[in-house]
Amino acid sequence: MRTGVFFENYGAEEQLWDSQTAKTMMAVFVVALYLLPLWGSDYMVAMACIVGIHLIAVMGLNITTGSAGLISLSQAAFMGVGCYAVSWFARWGIPFWLALPMAGLLAALIGMVVGLPSLRVKGMYFAIATLAAHFVLSFLFREWTPVTGGPGGVNIPAANFFGIELVGDHRMFYPIYICVLLLGLAAANITRSYVGRAFIAVRDRDISAEILGVNLLRYKVLAFMLGSFYAGVAGGLLGYFYGAITAEYFTFGLSVFYVAAIIVGGLGRVLGSVLGAVFMTFVPESLRLMSSALSGSIPSLANLLLPMGQVVFGILIIIFLIFEPRGLAQMWARVRRAFHLWPFRT
Amino acid sequence: MTNLYIFIEFVLLGLLASGLSALIALSFVLVYKGTHVVNFAAGEVMMLGAYLYYTGAVVLQLHPAAALFISLVGISLVSVAIEAFVLRPLAGQPTISILMATIGMASLLHGSVEIIWGQSPLETPALLPRFPVNWGEVMIPGAAIGNFVISSLLIAAVVTFFRFTQTGIEMRATASDPVTAASLGVDIRAAQRMTWILAGLTGTLAGTLIVSSGSVSPALASVALSVFSVVILGGLDSVTGVILASLIVGVLESLTVGYIDGKMRDVFPYVVVLAVLVVRPFGLSGTHEIERL
Repeated sequence: MRTGVFFENYGAEEQLWDSQTAKTMMAVFVVALYLLPLWGSDYMVAMACIVGIHLIAVMGLNITTGSAGLISLSQAAFMGVGCYAVSWFARWGIPFWLALPMAGLLAALIGMVVGLPSLRVKGMYFAIATLAAHFVLSFLFREWTPVTGGPGGVNIPAANFFGIELVGDHRMFYPIYICVLLLGLAAANITRSYVGRAFIAVRDRDISAEILGVNLLRYKVLAFMLGSFYAGVAGGLLGYFYGAITAEYFTFGLSVFYVAAIIVGGLGRVLGSVLGAVFMTFVPESLRLMSSALSGSIPSLANLLLPMGQVVFGILIIIFLIFEPRGLAQMWARVRRAFHLWPFRT
Repeated sequence: MTNLYIFIEFVLLGLLASGLSALIALSFVLVYKGTHVVNFAAGEVMMLGAYLYYTGAVVLQLHPAAALFISLVGISLVSVAIEAFVLRPLAGQPTISILMATIGMASLLHGSVEIIWGQSPLETPALLPRFPVNWGEVMIPGAAIGNFVISSLLIAAVVTFFRFTQTGIEMRATASDPVTAASLGVDIRAAQRMTWILAGLTGTLAGTLIVSSGSVSPALASVALSVFSVVILGGLDSVTGVILASLIVGVLESLTVGYIDGKMRDVFPYVVVLAVLVVRPFGLSGTHEIERL
């Protein structure tokens, strides 16, 4: 029985898990999650795959934007880079477990090319630079037909793991969630390392950080490249998951969706990415379910689905920004503490 | 000589198109200057204004001028609401919060417009007569000239308002130093509210002018994103810079689209944005902030 979490030294605050119980609970959760294809319905597994892909992109953005404070509105475009990269690697016969990190690296490299000049500006200006980068990249996706297949898009052959064809939601589940686990652990560990602290210093007080010896340009570029790497891997997985993809998928709206997910989830924390990605994927989904349940009585509802999603999306962002700027992760922390202290109250 | 005529035509079309983009850019600049917010919802406010004009002119069968008046009043109310319920509670928050709040606002307005008016384009009555102007072999649509003249007059009106009226001077004082302005008795909340209203009005006028030569559809909102090229080149907080930049970008864009490829229209503004941010982030005549490290 615990009555709260009490740190006795600074090292303890940096621990990945604040107690043995938390560690055990996490392990149980992960095992249950990995057994999902055995006990979950087809629908649940398919949704879990989509959430997992979004989650990787969101975790990457949470490093760039949440930790290092660089507002990136081009995450979807870097996913596109990863997706097209994987389509070429697969054509060259590179196995998928090598193609995914390579796609991530290529996205990171392009992130560096895009980022290096624009990283010399900050704040709003940086956001506008990434917005411009997004539109330039998506223009290339649409028009550079020899590489991207133009408006027709590309086909990606099924991933092959030593003779096992990874097709269908149940088989793609494992590659996606192995990437989620590895990249999630990496993100959590980056946050508590020197690099993560440097990111936070750059975000909160850039000039002081530079005086303390943090190379601003290097850490900004690194943060942007890490975010792009995650996006590239997510894009590669997306390509294998759908098997065929067009430029239409990587819209500016998707980039905004990812920023919204980290805001709703909680900036700068892996838990925030998880909660944000899950929540933001399920909001439009539950709207869809609701409208299909009601479509018998109100037939025109199906046409209103997309705009209604936009309205709900906008309201959610504004409400979270005003009333819970630290997101669902903060709400989670409050609930958790209330349970720890029960029956006492804070 | 035909080549020369074509060149002149492209240049003229570019110059004339710059009037509207300057007007839209002005709506960004006013808000940035007054409250240090880059308003990503500017396009949606503009679109909403155009739809209100459509409702007045087509659905309610009013005279176009009356419809325009209704849409201006409506947008003023919407601007006040945005300022009071979204931006005011977020004053002093980090950049990302404010940026995302305007994006959330944009999404909310976009969705509402599609729910109310649908997604398909709607025909709007012309505010100006439709006539082409021929000058030798150069042919210019009359609406382009009309839009340019009206935009120029409106911009001149806004500049005059800021220079000579009491409210305009108070708004400039608030923009340059809110604390000093407040201690000198300026109601800075009122000034900031006024800034949002004025930005909404310029956006609405630009939107109405655009749709009055054709039809109105939700795609109108994306016009505002491409105006970032003008805003960034001119400098986020400089009215003069924006006017100059709109002429430069207008001509360059018209020439690129004319001589290279019509598809370049989609990407040209963003190439300009990236180029300017690398070379001269504060634009032609924006304030030299230390936004560069």
